[in-house]
Amino acid sequence: MPDTDADAREPDHEVEPEPTPVPGDEVAAALVERFPAAVFAESHGQPVVHVDRGAWHDIAAFLRDDQQFSQCVDVTAVDQLVAPSRALPESVTAERFEVVANFLSHARNRRIRVIAQVPADEPTIASITDLYPGVNFPERETYDLFGIEFADHPDLTRILMPDDWVGHPLRKDDAPARVPVTFKGDPSPR
Amino acid sequence: MSGVHDMSDVDIETRRLEAQTDEGAQQLRPLTGEARARELVLTGGPWPDIDDTMILNMGPQHPSTHGVLRIMMELDGETVLRAKPVIGYLHTGMEKTGEELTYVQGSTNVTRMDYASPLSNELVFCMAVETLLDLEPPERATWIRMLLVELNRMSSHLLFQATNGMDLGAVSMMIYGWRERELTLRLLETITGLRMNHNFIRPGGVAADLPDGWQHDVLELCDQVERGVGEYDTLLTENPIWRERTVGVGVINTQEALALGATGPILRSTGFAWDLRKAQPYLAYDDVDFDVIYTANGDVFDRYQIRLYEILESVKIVRQCVEHMPGGDYRVQDRKVTPPPRARIDESMEALIHHFKLFTEGFRVPAGETYVAIESPRGEIGCYLVSDGSAKPTRLHIRGPSFYNLQSMDAMVPGGMFADAVAIVSSIDPIMGEVDR
Repeated sequence: MPDTDADAREPDHEVEPEPTPVPGDEVAAALVERFPAAVFAESHGQPVVHVDRGAWHDIAAFLRDDQQFSQCVDVTAVDQLVAPSRALPESVTAERFEVVANFLSHARNRRIRVIAQVPADEPTIASITDLYPGVNFPERETYDLFGIEFADHPDLTRILMPDDWVGHPLRKDDAPARVPVTFKGDPSPR
Repeated sequence: MSGVHDMSDVDIETRRLEAQTDEGAQQLRPLTGEARARELVLTGGPWPDIDDTMILNMGPQHPSTHGVLRIMMELDGETVLRAKPVIGYLHTGMEKTGEELTYVQGSTNVTRMDYASPLSNELVFCMAVETLLDLEPPERATWIRMLLVELNRMSSHLLFQATNGMDLGAVSMMIYGWRERELTLRLLETITGLRMNHNFIRPGGVAADLPDGWQHDVLELCDQVERGVGEYDTLLTENPIWRERTVGVGVINTQEALALGATGPILRSTGFAWDLRKAQPYLAYDDVDFDVIYTANGDVFDRYQIRLYEILESVKIVRQCVEHMPGGDYRVQDRKVTPPPRARIDESMEALIHHFKLFTEGFRVPAGETYVAIESPRGEIGCYLVSDGSAKPTRLHIRGPSFYNLQSMDAMVPGGMFADAVAIVSSIDPIMGEVDR
């Protein structure tokens, strides 16, 4: 059992990021400076940046290479079909889907959340598996459950649902428990 | 498995095998002459042209896959070239279910995801709800939560010790591990009323206060678990057979672990001391003294050792919880969030209305979104919660550590022996309920 001293490896451990006004988060500020289309928003003390989905890959690369965000801890999506008029920063156009990625920097001990609006008629966004191989599974999951395609993903197949499943269960207009009613005497589907 | 056999080598090999045993030795001899020709005809071609690798499916019913994990492995003889986990066999749509349940009912749902550490799931969900509500649970609730989560960490790691031992052939370890885990679950039962899937941590606090005499029971358990861990240590850590099976097997380094999204004991086994309890403290982890266990080699043995000693760190935290448990309320006295005491319902109309509204409609949560992460026994468990202002979440997403940790198999399994794959899967400690949700 080695002598454990977590603080030695986390220089920022004691220096908690100060909750400061917009765009107080230094990473978010740097990101907004580099990508002027990005919009900073704070959500319950957590830095959130709304970005253009075209810049998705570039922003992940910026966070990884310039800002020491060593892990993309989570990629998921939200279907806002039933809440189209939600509170978003002014310059962000609300679309049906939101793709959400949470990044974690171990060296700087901070997190940032990046959100991109993805329209229903063209649900595609760039894959960041080449930068963060660990998002392979979550991107497949998001594809499987929301039908959002991640361009250049190495293995974009269904992961949780069966391969022959029709539909994407976490979409609000999908009814996963719906079973077609069969009547006596109907020709069997098989 | 080279196609054309060099006879002299084969002879040497056959003789060596026959010297060890005469049983079944003839099956180990490569086919020669007519038999070989027949084999060639049946398999449709000369050996060298046949792709020598074999795809083997391990699972989803294999006992060492801890549930219903299926691993497709490409084998060259006994060596694994590639391994691909295939999941989804336990997918029950819990995130979809979560959108249909109110926030009051939500913890009943999430507790069933990681069924080996249900309290971590409840905690992360409740912390996310409380963040959206801007609600601070009382101090005693915080400490009760910490006590329960650490007890749960002990039981989860004890389960790992048991199943890891069983997977690697140390079957007596299985019985010892279950023995201490049973004691822990029994204590959790006296506190929460259930052995698993407690639904005890709820938005606003916990469901009930600690029972009378809990200090005695908890301290007694601490002694028993410490004694048990000492026994495992004696049984396994210096055991040459155990070391042979685990040391240097399934090695992963820090860069790989970070890139593949691994957290928890897998990341710490690579010499990277990252524990959210220390790095981004939540609950009252700031006020207790404990160490982050980490090792440098990143192999199966290190992951075993980390989990073993983390049990002792949890015991340390639990003892401090007993010592410092503050008084006061075990949940917020906000009738819009927590139900009134049972006795008040008989006396007060308002209490009855609050109770009724809370358990039929639930409470409304202001619109917003948040991501909360805590350290579960398996790593970072996160909850991404989106509310549209109603009593049910728009989106409830749980970032299950096992789901991500499973990917680190890509770095551990290839190049190793087939038998080591069992050890590696076991050392990842995946809980399929959380992987598939």
